[in-house]
Amino acid sequence: MSAVHELAPRAGGFAHQRIAAAVMIAFFALAPLVAYPVFLMKVMCFALFACAFNLLIGYGGLLSFGHAMFLGTAGYASAHAAKVWGFPPEFAILFGTACSALLGLVTGLLAIRRQGIYFAMITLALAQMVYFFYLQAPFTGGEDGIQAVPRGKLFGLLDLDSVWAMYALVFAVFVGGFLLIHRAVHSPFGQVLKAIRENEARALSLGYDVNRYKLLAYVLSATLAGLAGATKVLVFELASLTDAHWTMSGEVVLMVLLGGLGTVFGPVVGALIIISMENYLAQIGSWVTVVQGVIFVICVLTFRRGVIGELGRLIGKPL
Amino acid sequence: MEIFGIPTQALFGQLLIGLINGSFYALLSLGLAVIFGLLNIINFTHGAQYMMGAFCAYFLLTKLGIGYWWALAVTPLAVGIIGMVIERLMLARLYKLDHLYGLLLTFGLALIIQGLFRNEYGTSGIPYALPQELAGGHNLGFMFLPNYRAWVILASIVVCLATWFMIEKTRLGAYLRAATENPQLVQAFGINVPRMITLTYGFGVALAAFAGVMAAPIYQVNPLMGADLIIVVFAVVVIGGMGSIMGSIVTGFALGLIEGLTKVFYPEASNTVIFIIMAIVLMIKPAGLFGTQR
Repeated sequence: MSAVHELAPRAGGFAHQRIAAAVMIAFFALAPLVAYPVFLMKVMCFALFACAFNLLIGYGGLLSFGHAMFLGTAGYASAHAAKVWGFPPEFAILFGTACSALLGLVTGLLAIRRQGIYFAMITLALAQMVYFFYLQAPFTGGEDGIQAVPRGKLFGLLDLDSVWAMYALVFAVFVGGFLLIHRAVHSPFGQVLKAIRENEARALSLGYDVNRYKLLAYVLSATLAGLAGATKVLVFELASLTDAHWTMSGEVVLMVLLGGLGTVFGPVVGALIIISMENYLAQIGSWVTVVQGVIFVICVLTFRRGVIGELGRLIGKPL
Repeated sequence: MEIFGIPTQALFGQLLIGLINGSFYALLSLGLAVIFGLLNIINFTHGAQYMMGAFCAYFLLTKLGIGYWWALAVTPLAVGIIGMVIERLMLARLYKLDHLYGLLLTFGLALIIQGLFRNEYGTSGIPYALPQELAGGHNLGFMFLPNYRAWVILASIVVCLATWFMIEKTRLGAYLRAATENPQLVQAFGINVPRMITLTYGFGVALAAFAGVMAAPIYQVNPLMGADLIIVVFAVVVIGGMGSIMGSIVTGFALGLIEGLTKVFYPEASNTVIFIIMAIVLMIKPAGLFGTQR
């Protein structure tokens, strides 16, 4: 259990994390003054997606290779709700997120029956099934996706067609999601989750209902991934198959691996790096896949702590 | 003639396609099971190595004029050696870590290999001619059986059974099974376990490459031919459980047949039926049909 104590310092030990969180929030609040806002909104959506994924692998020790199904499901659901049913944006996002949560509950009940490598394969296979469903289902528009999703007026007041209003919404969703995960990780629930990751048999013998905790973590992760997906659809006014494809599941693994598995800020930094890379490498097109593969290999072989993990080691404090 | 309102020609035609697919599922899941048994990693590169097998056959034909039969022998060797180099240089560094890192590494390798081939050859697929000897086919009365397809099913069954025999019935296989149970002890008996691991990985990869050569005349040579297939094979592996070699062979063929039948009776679900079966098996017997939970 020593490893658990190490990861959970006493109250007051988080000063440096508070500072880091303040720096991060200030960065996203001020960055649109100098950088392209749509790019930053994309980064924040993927950062939330990566944080949600990290909740599962970093604290629950469960590697999901199918998280794209939550991003994609919430995307299609909220796009359909906004465009066909005319939902206002807040309800479209809520509806999309709820659909992902439900999918998380169903797939979670199946996936948590196996651990480790099997868990990864099962989530991948389930996500592929969901992908084929969206490929064939009439409401998703197949290869075209759902285009021209209306952003609408938030709470009937704020017109999201203004880039600043949209930015404020994405910013609020991202920071809210991030703080929620932070809260969950440092709650008793998070501590039990870590105990299960460190020694499942022991947690079980201490009387914790291990599967219920795993399922809860899985559903929470799915829900937040869905929130990211629903928000992203409003930003780009498009829901497409890309979001549900296995390459997207691989991409979020890469973001978290590069940023630092199980770190608080790693997923955000990883998302920032990968999305920037894709933006700047867009000219070389299909080479992006190769570059991603190379980063995977390098990270696994020599850089397993990731950017933030290494930084945290440098300053001697977990970040 | 009709069965359940389906013309027999169509029914048996789809069953044949199902058996062909099942042949590939069996070969690939067998390779995954062999590798997993000893290395404890899931080889995500398996689909890419299957694709490399097909491309290797294509290169041999176009660059060196070497035909199908020699390719069938040379390709598994060549791709297997590449696999062994990968194992020595990269995978060998990960055995002491969480097994998930092996999955992540091989996923990265698959991205690199598939990306490089796609940049060079696009995604449209390159035809590979049937070998002369197996052109044509036989009319069995109830259906037309192309010779090459019969050969693929036959060869796959023979290779699968030979692998099963080698692992379950020979001395080499006994070492392998022993090393799966307890590598330290086997090493203490003077058997070179690291070399055995390398050879095992090479063998699993060679099986994938062999499947790739056999697939080339049927599915064309395509950089992404293994990308989606490997996910289906993962589901097959979860359904069968990785405990038994025979289990993965039987599951592979059976799921191919079920998929073929689904194409006849409810084509909309043919893409997803294997995943649905996986979900049902997980509910009833989480360890897989032939597996033991560990």
